[in-house]
Amino acid sequence: MSTNPRSGTIQEINGPIVTIQLPGARNGEQVKIGELGLVGEVIALDGEEAIVQAYESTEGLRPGEPAEGLGWPLSVELGPGLLGGIFDGIQRPLEQIFLRAGDHIPRGLTLPSLDRERSWHFVPDPELEIGAELVTGMRLGTVQETDTIEHRILVPPDRFGDLLELAPEGEYRLEQPIGRVRTPDGRTRKLKLYHRWPVRTPRPFRRRDHGIAPLITGQRILDTFFPLMKGSKGAIPGPFGAGKTMVQQQIARWSNADIVVYVGCGERGNELVDVLESFPKLQDPYTGRNLMERTLLVANTSNMPVVAREASVYVGLTIAEYYRDQGYDVLVLADSTSRWAEALREVSGRLGQMPVEEGYPAYLASRLAAVYERAGRVETGGCGNGSVTLVGAVSPPGGDFSEPVTAHTKEIIQTFWALSKDLADARHYPAVDWVGSFSEHVHTAAEWWHREVDRDWENKRGSALALLARDAELSRIVNLVGPEALSSAQRWELEGAALIKEGVLQQSALDPVDSFASPEKQFLLLNLMLTIYHKGAELIELGVPVQELMTLPMLTRARRAKQTYNSRQTDKLREMLEEIVLEFEQVRLEYAKFEEHAR
Amino acid sequence: MSAREYRTVASARGGLLVVKQVPRVAFGDRVMIRDHRGRQRNGQVIRTSRSEALILVFEGTDDLDLETTWVRFMDEPLEISLSPELLGRVFNGIGEPRDDRPPIVSNVRRSVSGSAINPAARTYPREFIQTGISTIDGLNALVRGQKLPIFSGSGLPHNRLAAQIVRQARLMDEESGFSVVFAALGVSYSDARFFEEDFASSGVLGNVVMYINLADDPPVERLALPRVALTAAEYLAFDMDRHVLVVMTDMTNYAEALREVSTAKGDVPSRKGYPGYLYSDLAEIYERSGRIRDRHGSITLVPVVTMPSDDITHPIPDLTGYITEGQIVLSRELHNQGVYPPIHILPSLSRLMKDGIGKDDTREDHPRVASQLYALYARAQEARNLASIIGAEELSERDRRYLAFADAFDRQFVSQGEDEDRSIIETLNLAWELLSRFPNDALSRVSETDIAKYHHSGKK
Ligand SMILES: Nc1ncnc2c1ncn2[C@@H]1O[C@H](COP(=O)(O)OP(=O)(O)OP(=O)(O)O)[C@@H](O)[C@H]1O
Ligand SMILES: [Mg+2]
Repeated sequence: MSTNPRSGTIQEINGPIVTIQLPGARNGEQVKIGELGLVGEVIALDGEEAIVQAYESTEGLRPGEPAEGLGWPLSVELGPGLLGGIFDGIQRPLEQIFLRAGDHIPRGLTLPSLDRERSWHFVPDPELEIGAELVTGMRLGTVQETDTIEHRILVPPDRFGDLLELAPEGEYRLEQPIGRVRTPDGRTRKLKLYHRWPVRTPRPFRRRDHGIAPLITGQRILDTFFPLMKGSKGAIPGPFGAGKTMVQQQIARWSNADIVVYVGCGERGNELVDVLESFPKLQDPYTGRNLMERTLLVANTSNMPVVAREASVYVGLTIAEYYRDQGYDVLVLADSTSRWAEALREVSGRLGQMPVEEGYPAYLASRLAAVYERAGRVETGGCGNGSVTLVGAVSPPGGDFSEPVTAHTKEIIQTFWALSKDLADARHYPAVDWVGSFSEHVHTAAEWWHREVDRDWENKRGSALALLARDAELSRIVNLVGPEALSSAQRWELEGAALIKEGVLQQSALDPVDSFASPEKQFLLLNLMLTIYHKGAELIELGVPVQELMTLPMLTRARRAKQTYNSRQTDKLREMLEEIVLEFEQVRLEYAKFEEHAR
Repeated sequence: MSAREYRTVASARGGLLVVKQVPRVAFGDRVMIRDHRGRQRNGQVIRTSRSEALILVFEGTDDLDLETTWVRFMDEPLEISLSPELLGRVFNGIGEPRDDRPPIVSNVRRSVSGSAINPAARTYPREFIQTGISTIDGLNALVRGQKLPIFSGSGLPHNRLAAQIVRQARLMDEESGFSVVFAALGVSYSDARFFEEDFASSGVLGNVVMYINLADDPPVERLALPRVALTAAEYLAFDMDRHVLVVMTDMTNYAEALREVSTAKGDVPSRKGYPGYLYSDLAEIYERSGRIRDRHGSITLVPVVTMPSDDITHPIPDLTGYITEGQIVLSRELHNQGVYPPIHILPSLSRLMKDGIGKDDTREDHPRVASQLYALYARAQEARNLASIIGAEELSERDRRYLAFADAFDRQFVSQGEDEDRSIIETLNLAWELLSRFPNDALSRVSETDIAKYHHSGKK
């Protein structure tokens, strides 16, 4: 789809939709609009007229102004220099734009996405010889992009063939060739440290593979209760203020992904600044390096043009696929997919397309599925396995999960972390509702947990969920007839559930000790609460009054354990478990003595 | 190109004019309209093609005819003039004087639609503003550069609360207060008057600029008003280095006006007839608040949103909540019990509180005290619900303690005088008075050090 630029004339401007007389235009083609040179994309054709969506505000644009069809689709630059950066919805470098243009984003400004001045130390792959047959995705060499991430320079999808020349180790800028290849059509083409790729076309890979390990996020309610496999798809729906962004930022901080692509899609500017300011100060728990070295941001905030919002998700995914192709486990966080869907709706409405539900076009479900389909664990062309895990926030109007975006998303994803307003209002964070959430991967994740942490993981998880279900049932009874109706054993069940909620499920992102919990800490806390519950239940069976147990100081200690001991102090948690078992034994003995006495 | 006049109006309805045979009019440009009596109205181009333009008329299309209406394209965007002289003045929704004084003259003129702040240009807001109101400062703290709306209902004292915030808001260690931009959208004359008198009596009038559109003023003008007000706020904050507090009441009227116009335009409606772009439209307004790297000033935004039928899931408060950095929610129930300010803490939230409080900003125990009060109050609500079903006498002793706590909390902590300006330390001490009703081991969200230091059982 590469033809020479063609010129046209603006006919009509209706908000972000511009009609341009542009014969020969192609759907998806990039267009420069008006004297300002705004960027846009052809979304429909009607005779000689192209309907173009503008990625920038059209204020001041006039009918009659010139326009130019550029002949290529919306594409991104892929190469070293992406990590640590912040880009807008069409991959313009926002930090450079700030340095160049100040506080506000000017229109019609084109800057290359990747820095052309910077040199990178390229090390050619020692195994490659001149004349070798290059296949897509094969490794040409490496560049140390950040201290932790080795950037693998790959054969671009359209440059396979015979290697004619490969540059020696040394410093290269992005535009300097590092090699030449003869493609099957007989042409000689240059290889550079970067290449371009159209964002709406998934990058090719050798074959799909299944996930083998859970993404560890350090969040107990996620990892222990509703695991997400690397390479799969998850969603976080919830009403405003329930904690979608917090959960996503926690995952961005603490998960064991190699690369994190955070797409701020139609949300707040300050949330991106929060990431930009805090990540460089935070330590990756796996590598000890600052978190920004593995993170990049794509930002279309809610006040930026709606149309670029739709593009931002594809930009993020394409960059993610590029690192996947280098053999990395990449995590994409999209906050919020509802804003992406609303951008679709906005454009379809302006095109006069028939809405089917709540104003959304009929293709909402298929587009949504296609976006999530770009997640997956694959065998790459030349770098082993890589994966893209996609976690999307969903913002249902009025918190109503039956609305179209939430409902369709639920059909597509494998892990569903439903946030509840009631829990959030009570400041139970993360406000993940254990009743409405699900993971289809508990059994697969169990293999990992049983191997790496404890053979009893799946059982313990099951007991905790059962206890929580009993809690809901008993609470209903209490609400009907009052607490007096409950037996001692039932009251202890309520207490047990409270321990699970406070001691395990609740995990403050703001608590420096508990913000991240290793799988081992997660399991030990769960085990601790369950042990207390089971030991207590035994004593109640023997006749120990429940009141006696409820006032045991160990309960408060157990509730505080998560914030008292960090993930490296798991021995302390083990000690605590032993002490608590002893304490219960003590109570049992005392009670036996007391009984004896009474007799 | 100079201004051009046309008399080719083809249709006039719902605040919109279609003008034919007007090639090359720029999208977003300002328009002047003269009606049959020679009176002038203002408009803006909202769609333009080679043959016709669609114009939004801020004063509405009532009483216009097609034959004698003149339309003049001004060949410039909708702009206002900006100077320090703005302070102390009163304007209408499109920035024309409402106070019988001359218009602002200045060579600084800016388009009111503004352009998006580059997220990379922002800095994260983190300076605690003391409003003197315990439920805000203690539990939902406001920081400089935040957008924090008041969600209210008709007849609730949101305006009194907003006025109290304006009077009392200040940084703990700074003398200079805020410059105020006050935006009234579709409010009654008496409400607007209330604010004006309040500003006058507290002596801040000279530091306030007001943009007023009353209930009987043209509704379409409300679409421009917040943008005009924020353009002024941006000038004061980022050109004049001031800390600006913007109060807007009532943004529900803005959204209603938007619905009216979008319906007339034939836009595809989403929920309850509001256009699908209501979210983006409101976000364009609210995201103009914040702090910017290397700039001294800031814009803090406190809009009032009345919830139709007190329903927080109604599209207006709902979409607002998805945009703003929290919300202060007023409760009719508390109001009916005579509690002022009737702030219901459970649905209230300040998302930026986390970085504005604690050891270096307020006091080290603050985050944990807030979390603990929330946990207890949420638990107490359960006890209240239970009591309403089975009667308070039937409650367990534990539940009765929660109940008593909740009542004391509403009476002592939530409730305060309209002129009562509590320091954050007073607020936190008050919190500990309430927390001390519980034994240490019922307080798992505060630390042992906090308990030793502040719990009354620990103090001799
Ligand atoms: N895990 C957590 N730990 C501590 N606080 C939390 C946690 N999750 C959420 N919160 C609190 O809830 C607030 C709102 O969370 P967040 O901004 O993530 O909501 P959201 O669901 O993304 O809302 P919106 O849809 O409006 O963007 C946070 O500012 C924080 O105060
Ligand atoms: Mg969010």
